[in-house]
Amino acid sequence: MADGDDIRKMAHPLEIPRLACGAMADLEPFRAKPEHQEPLGFPGELVENWKEKALEKMADLASKNRAFQVYLETCVKCGACTDKCHYFLGTGDPKNMPVARQDLLRSVYQRYFTFAGKYFPKLVGARDLTEDVLNEWYSYYHQCSECRRCSVFCPYGIDTAEITMAARDIMAHIGIGQKYSNEIIGKVHKIGNNLGLNPKALRATLEDLEEDLEDETGISVRIPLDEKGADILLITPSADFFAEPHIDGLLGYAKVFHEAGVSWTVSSYASEAANFGLFIGSYEQMREISIRIRDAAKDLGVKRIIFGECGHAWRVGYSFLNTLAGPFDFLDPNYPVPQHILDFTWQEIQKGTLNIDKSRNDDIRLTYHDSCNVARASRITDEPGSQFEIPRNVIKAVCNNFYEMERTTTHESTLCCGGGGGLLTDDLMELRTKGASPRMTAVQQVTEDHGVTHMAAICAICKTQFSKIMPKFGYEMDSILSVHQLVSNAIILTGQDPDREVDE
Amino acid sequence: MLSVLYAILFYVATAIMVVGVGMKIRKYARVPAPLKIPTTPAPTTQTGVVLRMFREVVFFESLFKSNKWIWIFSWVFHMGMWLVLIRHLRYFTQPVWEWVVFAQPYGTYAGFAMLGGLLGLWARRFLVERIRYISNPSDHLMLALLVAIVGSGLMMRFVGSADIIMVKAYMLGLMRLRIETLPANPVLLLHLGLVASLMIIFPISKLMHAPGVFFSPTRNQIDNPREKRHLAPWAAELEK
Repeated sequence: MADGDDIRKMAHPLEIPRLACGAMADLEPFRAKPEHQEPLGFPGELVENWKEKALEKMADLASKNRAFQVYLETCVKCGACTDKCHYFLGTGDPKNMPVARQDLLRSVYQRYFTFAGKYFPKLVGARDLTEDVLNEWYSYYHQCSECRRCSVFCPYGIDTAEITMAARDIMAHIGIGQKYSNEIIGKVHKIGNNLGLNPKALRATLEDLEEDLEDETGISVRIPLDEKGADILLITPSADFFAEPHIDGLLGYAKVFHEAGVSWTVSSYASEAANFGLFIGSYEQMREISIRIRDAAKDLGVKRIIFGECGHAWRVGYSFLNTLAGPFDFLDPNYPVPQHILDFTWQEIQKGTLNIDKSRNDDIRLTYHDSCNVARASRITDEPGSQFEIPRNVIKAVCNNFYEMERTTTHESTLCCGGGGGLLTDDLMELRTKGASPRMTAVQQVTEDHGVTHMAAICAICKTQFSKIMPKFGYEMDSILSVHQLVSNAIILTGQDPDREVDE
Repeated sequence: MLSVLYAILFYVATAIMVVGVGMKIRKYARVPAPLKIPTTPAPTTQTGVVLRMFREVVFFESLFKSNKWIWIFSWVFHMGMWLVLIRHLRYFTQPVWEWVVFAQPYGTYAGFAMLGGLLGLWARRFLVERIRYISNPSDHLMLALLVAIVGSGLMMRFVGSADIIMVKAYMLGLMRLRIETLPANPVLLLHLGLVASLMIIFPISKLMHAPGVFFSPTRNQIDNPREKRHLAPWAAELEK
């Protein structure tokens, strides 16, 4: 299998490829085994009457989710979305065009649930649900990162992510789940985070990080765990506890909280911001994971909840948490629930609480990658568009050399990193590499024009994806940064000797 | 005989369209949207949502951002269609409303705009590889139907006119449940027959995009999930 090393050279990030029919037809992620399926309440393997069950689930979704029904029935095949998906741009496979991806399911929906599809299937392209169709679903509905770029450009706002989620939900219900996502969800239910890091290991990790911070700054900065009565509960992706460059972001939050003089804590019970229930399109799974956050907040008696840097987690946090696990009337009403860490940091910067020396980031020439879920499915403050402004404000406050990528690839038009939506698994490396090529082409442009060396992001998945992918495009692995890593670099803590040299 | 046949056809077509579209709209309205999924940046107030929807259905804002060719063809087609429809009101009103009279001269040329837009959209279905790939026979048929309707209409306007006075008397009669005589002009009969077919297939075809867009959660939701708890009735059941 190609590992994505046959990357298409793009003259422009949005260059439209010739169609390469079937180019990605053979790629699919590992399927879930019974031990990944059953803890989530899904059948362990393909059920005997899978066809009836799948159609039953489809009807159920159509009656429960307006988006699913309306989007399946209103597409006019105008073609506006056809060149908007990064996976299409990177692979040329026409089934990665948003409308064609929707059609894989729409054609079946039409066949069984619409007049035209029942009586004139050939005319409208309707088709029977067969095993081949099912395999095609599994393949191509795991080549969508649910990034919603297509929905920005659709005249009816049709969101392929909704269709992908529904398709994955239908498949999980007949016994075909994705190993990567379902295994991780199982760990969250059992242990509290995607990594399966138990409270003891988590405590040890955080203590190590506190030591690192003291070595670096000479100041004791705490990263509290399970501290009852703290004001702030920090919910952050568990990657922040162990992966690079995520950890450096966590150290940044700790420094900001320290300087702001607030009391805060991490919870070992809800030690995960990520919510893969979103990826598999399961309201119930998403709800169960969200409720852990509510329970932790109640149990610890905190007044506010702040989310760390994570894209889809922020979508679930900002857009869905109140729905899934609310109401949060037991928290301090003076703060949004949840609040974004960048909202907090930007306020502290404006208040002047933080002593910042921007020149400490002068070795970096930076660009910023808008993460899709933050960009197209949330805000950060009360202002629409703050999801773009606040990260940039913070970056410009801590870094002298900042350059934007081409506008058609940023803000609400941002290109996915290629690893979102439950695709951040090694078995999809080819797809991840090709899907990242539009974004990487935009990065290469700013490198050429402005000598950009690094890119910052506020999403754990983006960070992991880019640290794997950027080397394939001629960058160092550590060219991807957390925004709070830049904050961390620039902060001089109260009492810290700015010229302190760290012994390596 | 022909008059009676067309009268039945129009009554049936109207009934199918009104009831069919009504049923679909009721279905869309009844199915809950369980989560807040507006495509952001999105308006934070109801007024903002109305404005967003207005820009979407009047200017085709998202399509404009997406693809200028599709935008110009479809915008010209749709706006031309509105003018042509307004012009046609004269066959259903007596006396003809002032503003319809005013729109009359524009409505005539709007027919050509409609035709141009349709042919542009159709050409893309053949010429652009990606759009050729996603087109089904029904997409071509729909365009053929619309082109035939516009074409036959333009023929009556610019080549050989049907007896307008009789047509109007017939239509006014239908609205009062009376069957007058329909002129046996073949182009007119073709035109009316195609319009009736369009009305019949409306509720079972992609023409449902017209009412459908108003029910699109990514466009019609207010972006206020933290301020106001949004809960679908079936989801509320989970909390019991």
